Amino acid sequence: MDQLIQHLVNTLILGGTYALLGIGLTLIFGIMNVVNFTHGALYTVGAYVMYLAVAALGLNFFLALPVAILGGLLLGAAIELLLLRPFRGSDIDTTMLVMIGAGIVLQSGTLWIFGGVAKAIPSPFPEAPLQLGPVSVSWLRLFVLGAALALIVVTYALINRTKLGLAMRAAFQDADTAALMGVNVRLVYTATFALGSSLAAAAGALLGPVYVVFPQMGGLAELKAFAIVILGGLGNLKGAAIGGFILALAEELGAGYVSSGYRDAMGFLIIIAVLLYKPTGLFAKAERIG
Amino acid sequence: MPSRFTLTTAILLVLAGTAARADTIRIGVNEPLTGAFAASGTYVVNGARIAADEINAKGGVLGKKLELVIEDNKSNPTEAAAVAEKLITSDKTPVMMGAWGSSLTLAVMPKLAEYEVPMLVETSSSGKITTSGNPYVFRISPPSALEAETFAPTVAKLGLKKVDFLVLNNDFGRGAAADFGKMLKEKGVTVGLVETMDQGAQDMSAQLAKLKASDSDTIMITSAVDQLVLLFKQMSAIGLKKRVITTGGSQNPDQIIAQAGSAAEGTMHLTTFLPWLPEKTPDPKATEGFISEWKKRGFQFAGVTESFRGYDGIRAIAQAIEKAGSAEPASITKAFWSVDFTGLNGPIRFAKSGPAGKESGQSKPDVYLIEIKDGRVAVPTL
Repeated sequence: MDQLIQHLVNTLILGGTYALLGIGLTLIFGIMNVVNFTHGALYTVGAYVMYLAVAALGLNFFLALPVAILGGLLLGAAIELLLLRPFRGSDIDTTMLVMIGAGIVLQSGTLWIFGGVAKAIPSPFPEAPLQLGPVSVSWLRLFVLGAALALIVVTYALINRTKLGLAMRAAFQDADTAALMGVNVRLVYTATFALGSSLAAAAGALLGPVYVVFPQMGGLAELKAFAIVILGGLGNLKGAAIGGFILALAEELGAGYVSSGYRDAMGFLIIIAVLLYKPTGLFAKAERIG
Repeated sequence: MPSRFTLTTAILLVLAGTAARADTIRIGVNEPLTGAFAASGTYVVNGARIAADEINAKGGVLGKKLELVIEDNKSNPTEAAAVAEKLITSDKTPVMMGAWGSSLTLAVMPKLAEYEVPMLVETSSSGKITTSGNPYVFRISPPSALEAETFAPTVAKLGLKKVDFLVLNNDFGRGAAADFGKMLKEKGVTVGLVETMDQGAQDMSAQLAKLKASDSDTIMITSAVDQLVLLFKQMSAIGLKKRVITTGGSQNPDQIIAQAGSAAEGTMHLTTFLPWLPEKTPDPKATEGFISEWKKRGFQFAGVTESFRGYDGIRAIAQAIEKAGSAEPASITKAFWSVDFTGLNGPIRFAKSGPAGKESGQSKPDVYLIEIKDGRVAVPTL
């Protein structure tokens, strides 16, 4: 029983960042119809900006987090302006290839700048965990969960409560009509990609201190983000949020009660099942984007 | 991947013409410089460089300078085999050192047999490497059975009753769990759970929750330093307090102390080098010389428990070339059997291991048990 509770607590903590990763990816796909293969690299970049800010520049941990998110935002905007805007209107394969190339460049770039050896980001939280009966949780991980949930809420509010969000939803439904109604669709695309990228960077910056930072860290994160997005239905924000927690639960219980060697395979088993029985994702019927 | 193969072949053909130069003796170095084992592989390479520079400063081998051809196997067995192929066919290295991890080395071994080029194995500990009948393999690191054998007398002193394992899901980890499990059972110790983790895994909380709930007193862990740091942090985060003993010699205790902090307190580690107590090593003068050169080059002290392998590996290769009298794969393979000197962790001389007629060479280094106590490395008095 204690073991089950510990697994469920772990699920909550892990699920928060998985949801963040999934939302960023699904947002970009839903609105722009772009499969973002730089998502994992942006996650890595977020973690390295956090590392630079905290370990190299000595910035306060809590100040470094917005710096990393801003870094992801700017990099995302730059990618959109330089690589996606010129290819607007071309088929999805072209942009997919461009994105794969950009992902390779970003990953090799971090390897070139920082080297292959993993870096640790110091955190200001006490090492001794919070003890809740039989269950222990580290303070850092609790903070990560809180920050992830806060970012999810902010993203949700941005899309449902602001003018930019309204423009995004309009562009999602019909980009041409939205443009005729005076929506600056080009700006919406840049903003969407920047927002999605900043969420990936945020996930990296939050998980960097929990784990270690290395150039290939984004690979598995990206795979998991794709898994979450497929699970929740492409372009479905709520689906991605819930999908993140489902993936975390599957991994935890799979490793705890089935076989730890197949931990990372558990999520993909679920996806195969989803694709077989509900190919549009678990939450496809719900309203997409917001 | 046929298209990739032809591309590689084309590049190889172009390079082959320029590669064969006679003024140096080339040694291929096949190590993980990126990926899960990047830290360890980089240390080994830097140790190898020190050995090569030292030998070259004294005039080289057979009147020629040694030249290390260093390639990154990306912690990936497929890449390790490709790197070996490249080193042999394109760079024409008559002898190689590699490939750090057991799965990496095992992936390279068929290439050695195919091209009949010897390789000195500096780190890998899976038993399979020297028992599968590959006569081109010469290993200076201890196989996990040897580690287990050295650790056996300590089992009773520590009062182990029931031991769980948490190991890498590869040849290195599963091999260690099998060898140590066998030894423990012979000593009357119960072996409980054997949990595995992927080499790239960063979150082991699910495995740790399971281990926390078990009734064992000790967890034996087999992995490399980066993952160990994460493990100790995550153990402390879920309040898992059991005796921890790690195997494999790739722990870099100083890096663990620096990165895992108090979470590493009380953990015990089976290492193959004692840089903290140079006077207790088999060749104190060489140990001190190596450590001071390491520091002079600005490398972190934490790396020496890994880098000495590269240092000793290149020294062993250099002696084999010297004894062979020529830099040809066949004569170097033969000369490895007469290598004999005191390395930084014990005598380096190869005994026959594996099926008769196709024996691999296995050296028998020292293995030490150390403990992290008050944030420092200590040798426990038992």
